[in-house]
Amino acid sequence: MMKIQMIKKAVFVLVMLPTLAFANVEVHLDKAPIDPSDQASLQRGARTFINNCLNCHSASYMRYNRLQDIGLTEKQIKENLLFTAEKVGDPMTTAMNKKDAKKWFGVAPPDLSVEVRARGADWVYTYMRSFYRDETRPSGWNNLVFDKVAMPHVLYELQGEQALNHETHTLTLTKSGKLSVEEYDALVGDLTNFMAYMAEPAKQQRNRLGWFVLLFLGVLLVLTYKLKKAYWKDIH
Amino acid sequence: MSLFTKKADELLNWVDARFPLTSNIKAHLTEYYAPKNFNFWYFFGSLALLVLVLQIVTGIFLTMHYKPEALMAFASVEYIMRDVPWGWLIRYMHSTGASLFFVVIYLHMFRGLLYGSYRNPRELIWLFGVGIFLALMGEAFFGYLLPWGQMSYWGAQVITSLFGTVPFIGPDIAEWLRGDYLTSDATLNRFFAFHVIALPLVILGLVAAHILALHEVGSNNPDGVEIKKLKDKKTGIPLDGIPFHPYYTVKDMVGVVVFLIVFAVIIFFAPEVGGYFLEANNFVPADPLVTPAHIAPTWYFTPYYSILRAVPPIGISQFPGVAAMGLAVLAFAFLPWLDRSSVKSIRYKGNLYKGWLAAFVVSFLVLGYLGTVPANVWGQFGDWLGKADIATVVARVFTVIYFAFFILMPWYTKKDKTKPVPERVTG
Repeated sequence: MMKIQMIKKAVFVLVMLPTLAFANVEVHLDKAPIDPSDQASLQRGARTFINNCLNCHSASYMRYNRLQDIGLTEKQIKENLLFTAEKVGDPMTTAMNKKDAKKWFGVAPPDLSVEVRARGADWVYTYMRSFYRDETRPSGWNNLVFDKVAMPHVLYELQGEQALNHETHTLTLTKSGKLSVEEYDALVGDLTNFMAYMAEPAKQQRNRLGWFVLLFLGVLLVLTYKLKKAYWKDIH
Repeated sequence: MSLFTKKADELLNWVDARFPLTSNIKAHLTEYYAPKNFNFWYFFGSLALLVLVLQIVTGIFLTMHYKPEALMAFASVEYIMRDVPWGWLIRYMHSTGASLFFVVIYLHMFRGLLYGSYRNPRELIWLFGVGIFLALMGEAFFGYLLPWGQMSYWGAQVITSLFGTVPFIGPDIAEWLRGDYLTSDATLNRFFAFHVIALPLVILGLVAAHILALHEVGSNNPDGVEIKKLKDKKTGIPLDGIPFHPYYTVKDMVGVVVFLIVFAVIIFFAPEVGGYFLEANNFVPADPLVTPAHIAPTWYFTPYYSILRAVPPIGISQFPGVAAMGLAVLAFAFLPWLDRSSVKSIRYKGNLYKGWLAAFVVSFLVLGYLGTVPANVWGQFGDWLGKADIATVVARVFTVIYFAFFILMPWYTKKDKTKPVPERVTG
């Protein structure tokens, strides 16, 4: 019993280490296909996120009814996406207890509301496509961009299984999943697109408004400049 | 005279009999005579005042929604970003304002170095200014803890630990500052108090003193000529002076709009400014158990952070680095007595001063850059230099130049070949 406790502690330490080091590891990140104006992509991403990620991870700063931003009606949200909450105005929490999660995985799955702002969209996009089989890990999975990650490959039925070539440090598909490589990349692309939206829901509004503010300031600049010229015409 | 203007005059007389309204407007605006040759560098004083007001107003609205409590702080910031109407705009204005405050203040200080604005009779203006700079650094540091992200937390942990290096009493000071053995809820609460009331009061008081002292002696100008020496015989108005209002109020309005355009571009299109204004790691909630691999302060502290890292420890004590960092900031206060040049403005100073000022600016910028990256960013020297980090050696060289600019100033300003200063401003 004591031994298992020790191993668990060791696993915990090993799992936590990469979170310290991830900034230093040089891994090539693929460019995520982000398009915040593509509502169909955002909706597909929301479906993938809520069906899969939200079982363990929360996104507790995000409210379900905020999904109206991406073109869904309150009724559609209630009928199709509202699994972990009672009311459509509730935040996207998870039923999994943090203490249990720590016991099971060695670390509580982090809240994903602002994950893209913390790590970048390219990181999320590459990470979700970089799981490989590794029997030395407790979950049987490892990840090329997050070494010794505690999270198992949740979407392996869709992607299939990858193996790491230790010499070239690249991944190859050893067992295909339900989706082709292109289909899986598109699915993760949509998911990343949604998570990028979720990290800052006001971003679209912010960019749109910016042009009007700049237009106003441009006009104001002309007026203030003319005013200055008029007042200063006698100063030499 | 219409009835309305008559009534308005009566009201103004009533107020003036009880409060020095008209006389103050005259003293500080309509009959405050400023040199007519202010150039680009003279926009940053009024811009600093604008940013101060922006920070106070946006800060008040943030305070209405923010929770200074370790378990709620991070979430309350996200609540502001998502659920508070226009909360994202207010928060970005505040976070961008903080960084631009330092941009404006650094340029404002550089103006002082260019035109000798710290020289007699403006020593007190300069000292109040150094006080504002120090208070502003404190204000930014305390405010940076409040979002309670990883960088907030570990930045505060590192900076409070610096006080722990003071010989003998250090550890007690660090603990007293934090209110705990490590950065915690108690620290967050007191930093909130410092950030929203203590330091803003200090800053406002110092700004008032700064402006009162300025209006007592009058503004310097790009020629470093005292315009009060030559006055119109009849009116007593300086020949090269123009009333601040309306001339400089309308001119500063142009500066304000240009500033707001820069401000708006950042807020609406790039509020993180590539991680320099809002660091990615600060979107991870504070975790006392996980130390980030690379802790860097926000960009405006990085020149001083570089100096801290560059100065080697004595034995195991890091105090020399901490002391050097403090001195690097305080060095500005001695400028009025270090500069022995016969002229104020760089326009009439010789190549010696120009060279030193250029070297100082380059050191400041290089140190600033090096403070944002790990010490091993440029690799290591070979065995001949004991495999030292290249960036650390470079930082040491520029730290020496930084201090030499101040320490050698009495010598090189005295020796410098100056040009004759004209009687009147040259426009």
